[in-house]
Amino acid sequence: MASTQELQVQKKRELENKEETTIPARVFLPASDIFEGENDLTVVLEMPGVEKNNVDIRVEDGVLNVEGRLDLTKYQGLKPLYTEYNIGHYSRSFRLSSKIDQNKIAAELKDGILTLKLPKAEEAKPRTIQVK
Amino acid sequence: MITFGDPFDTLFNLQRALEGRLESDWLQDQTTSQGPFPPINVFQQGDDILAIIELPGVEKDSLQIQAKENTIRIAGKKVITYPEGVSIHRRERTFGEFDRTLSLPVQLDPDRIKAEYRDGILALYLPRSERDKPRAIQIS
Repeated sequence: MASTQELQVQKKRELENKEETTIPARVFLPASDIFEGENDLTVVLEMPGVEKNNVDIRVEDGVLNVEGRLDLTKYQGLKPLYTEYNIGHYSRSFRLSSKIDQNKIAAELKDGILTLKLPKAEEAKPRTIQVK
Repeated sequence: MITFGDPFDTLFNLQRALEGRLESDWLQDQTTSQGPFPPINVFQQGDDILAIIELPGVEKDSLQIQAKENTIRIAGKKVITYPEGVSIHRRERTFGEFDRTLSLPVQLDPDRIKAEYRDGILALYLPRSERDKPRAIQIS
């Protein structure tokens, strides 16, 4: 069933920051999937047009912060004739519910999809409790 | 929190320019409606046309691009798989098949069309056919 599904255009959501930026340019929220396995949390973000060197990933005070910047030099000398979407840098933050082993976070960027594997810290893994 | 290393006004001006062409009637004569997937931005690059299409996470092999005199057809499939046994917290990404035909108000040179897929962006270089290009007329 999934294979016959027709793709719909997703409206780009804009980042709403608590603090305003000093620059007027718009920043977009990457569409994200998050799923939790037994040992890790996987965060998948869609950031088309972002190159590997322009990704910034941080975990601070239990908040995951991901930023992706576009290379604007590619748009130099181009004159827009007809447009259906706007472009901008990407930024998104997630408050992590479980403890993450920060030193073991792995990131992979392929075809504009950033995949983050956040391994759970030992103490955060679920334990089966025996009833005596 | 957001720090950008590049000149800010460049991005702002570009965003405004893109915004300004949203109401453009450049493609108004085509039979297909505006808005199907994938969204397309069309630019002029010298005499030629450059179409930039956001297609994150599409297998290059599933992309099919056909070109005729003034139409371009882009079809493909986007697949998302989740590993077994995971609990899903958030599901925002969309997947499925797409097939879109774009008619341009200019004649193309189909033999010289180039397509490039990088970082989830499909760029189509659409050269105008020689006979379609404007010519400077000498006044005798």
